[in-house]
Amino acid sequence: MSSASSTTTGAAKPSSTRANPANKWEAAADWTDGRLGIYSLAKANLRKIFPDHWSFMLGEICLYTFVIIILTGVYLTLFFKPSMAEVVYNGSYVPLKGIGMSEAYASTVDISFEIRGGLLIRQIHHWAALVFVAAMLVHMMRVFFTGAFRKPREINWVFGFLLLVLGMFDGFFGYSLPDDLLSGTGIRFMEGAILAVPLVGTYIQMFLFGGEFPGHDIVPRFFTIHVLLIPGIMLGLLVAHLILVFYHKHTQWAGPGKTEKNVVGMPLMPVYMAKAGGFFFLVFGIIAAISAIATINPIWAYGPYRPDQVSTDAQPDWYMGFSEGLIRVMPGWEISLWGHTLNLGVFIPLMIFPLVLVAIAVYPFIEGWITGDKREHHILDRPRNAPVRTALGAAWISLYLVLLIGGGNDLFATHFHLSLNSITYFVRTGFFVVPVITFIVTKRWCLGLQRRDKEKVLHGRETGVIKRLPHGEYVEVHAQLPQKDLHTLTAHEQNQPIELPAQADENGVARKAGALTRTRAKLSRGFYGEGSQIPKPTAEEHHEITSGHGHH
Amino acid sequence: MKKLSARRRHPLAALVVLLLALAATGGLYAAFAPADKAQADVAAQSLAIDEGKRLFAVGCSSCHGINGQGSSEGPSLVGVGSAAVDFQVGTGRMPAQQPGAQVPRKPKIYTQGEIDQLAAYISSLGPGPIAPKPEQYNSTNPDDISKGGELFRTNCAQCHNFAGQGGALTKGKYAPSLEGVDAKHIYEAMQTGPQNMPSFPDSTMPEEQKKQIVAFVRHTTNDEPNPGGLTLGSLGPVTEGLFGWIFGLGTLIAVAIWVAAHTTKAKKS
Repeated sequence: MSSASSTTTGAAKPSSTRANPANKWEAAADWTDGRLGIYSLAKANLRKIFPDHWSFMLGEICLYTFVIIILTGVYLTLFFKPSMAEVVYNGSYVPLKGIGMSEAYASTVDISFEIRGGLLIRQIHHWAALVFVAAMLVHMMRVFFTGAFRKPREINWVFGFLLLVLGMFDGFFGYSLPDDLLSGTGIRFMEGAILAVPLVGTYIQMFLFGGEFPGHDIVPRFFTIHVLLIPGIMLGLLVAHLILVFYHKHTQWAGPGKTEKNVVGMPLMPVYMAKAGGFFFLVFGIIAAISAIATINPIWAYGPYRPDQVSTDAQPDWYMGFSEGLIRVMPGWEISLWGHTLNLGVFIPLMIFPLVLVAIAVYPFIEGWITGDKREHHILDRPRNAPVRTALGAAWISLYLVLLIGGGNDLFATHFHLSLNSITYFVRTGFFVVPVITFIVTKRWCLGLQRRDKEKVLHGRETGVIKRLPHGEYVEVHAQLPQKDLHTLTAHEQNQPIELPAQADENGVARKAGALTRTRAKLSRGFYGEGSQIPKPTAEEHHEITSGHGHH
Repeated sequence: MKKLSARRRHPLAALVVLLLALAATGGLYAAFAPADKAQADVAAQSLAIDEGKRLFAVGCSSCHGINGQGSSEGPSLVGVGSAAVDFQVGTGRMPAQQPGAQVPRKPKIYTQGEIDQLAAYISSLGPGPIAPKPEQYNSTNPDDISKGGELFRTNCAQCHNFAGQGGALTKGKYAPSLEGVDAKHIYEAMQTGPQNMPSFPDSTMPEEQKKQIVAFVRHTTNDEPNPGGLTLGSLGPVTEGLFGWIFGLGTLIAVAIWVAAHTTKAKKS
């Protein structure tokens, strides 16, 4: 590092006034430092330590796919015409010859067939978008199940959640832009949802579309939102997200030598610079390879949008699939009052849609309130050691998956030879039942794994060596775990349920706990009480067993 | 000519002219009249009807009734026409294997000759849509593909999907995939509206438009190499999402695991 070879004239002076830079590179660095202060930035950050685990690279996948989306998106804007003016196609794709369509659609077909590399770039853009949102969801699940959202990272959790939601919507707007039959159907779906909002729905619809559907405004408006507004907000949130990661430092798994006050791992420079840089190219390469192999969004096959046409298999991209599921399985209830119709069949799903997302977003704050834990946490939980949290997360995922099945009910029907109606009834029931079953199963599963850990700590691992004792009994020899594993398996803390304050204060005056306090105590018992965790083995227990007579 | 002309006033001239005229008329009539052919056709037709009736009695009558009048197991076939027979038997749907939500397409078990005989028998029960001739469904105009595409998206895609891949209907019924279906059978399906499909008679959809739709379906399901690579079934975003999760994110996570597993090792002192 250059700072090692440089000389400083005095502590009080800024570092840029060093005498006699050794060469022109050092001079240039000095010049920059005098204006941007890069030396102190580099000193603080270049040797920043990051722990090594594959699950910590999920966020990197998000970052890199986001970069890929921006790069390819810029290329696409060079050729895309966000206009709904009518043109007649006369390009090279025979099945569309002579058909009237919007300029947006025509230019997207041209990008696919006339522009050099256009189709590949389009497919990279779209595949990267699918993987981007998928990676964000998996990244969020990693953070959730390891408890990495705990203090001090709650705000960063919210930033990440906003990125996910914005990513979903930006994906939807992008899907809507080419004005093909599929995207037009998607916009129509959205229009229907807006119209279902009581009182203001029709006004919002008229404002958004500049008149009746489809009008001439929606594609140019969505274009601005898709390429400017949402990516701009996302870029800001992304930077904030990364700054906070640096500021908080990265979490790490429990292990010998790892504490709440240190980070054990490799330095950013040179190890992670190389790894992360290399990983970017791997991500880009894999996405490009997939885009070269498999079609995505074949708009030429969908045909141009016309309000009187529709194709089956009209689904949104997967990240909006759960909203599609909500609509598809909801009974078509309607209430007519004083000449107005309240379309509950659409309005209720429209209200559940944000609730599904918010449920996971607010979880850190709920858990923080229940535990009352104000300490910082930098050591991750193994999911089994937080059974209720893990079970809640699994229940949320199961709900999400049930709704995805609802969104793709027609394809499940045709490909598994099932009745569409039965799938719909299953999803309606499953919406309420499956998360509960998942919760119970997952919680018990976690407890089982905790018991297994306890067993392993106290009795060691099975060696597979069978010994016959002099009196004829057969036993399997167990080997003690190494010290390091013993530490890892017992490093987690076990919260205790909070106690209600005494019924009477020191003067004997009755003190009734408020409803909120009682709820909290009840929830706390549910999270950490008996039956929600297996007491971890203590050093005494271990000592007693290992010092005595063999292993049983 | 002089000789002939000199005898034109001969007493028998009129008779000769009359005889010649009769001979010419009779000869021409004999040459052009379809009398013999018609007779042969009727014979062949009645033979086909007889053969068809025999085939029908063996293969179809248990459900459709001994005279095609229908039963609790199958509908009446009076007036369904030769097009319906050619479609149902030619695509292997009939004879049906088992009752169910919908009778699936399967390898046909009758030869085209036998199918024609069955069709002849069924058409003899009552008039109905007639199986089309090749010039009715084989398009030669390249513009028909795009016109057919527009018609297909308006009339067919809501069930059969934008690329003719089929789709789900209620209670286990479905719109079948149009891949590998003969042009004639596509045409006949539109004429007759088999199973859950609505029919598109010439009064609502002229022959020309049916031909264009056939041209589009044949083009989009068979001839076209997909410009973007694997089609993933041409089933829209659901299969794309599945593919993206498994092969996109799946591969990336596998690579992440590989990268994380190959790290610099601290020097052992």
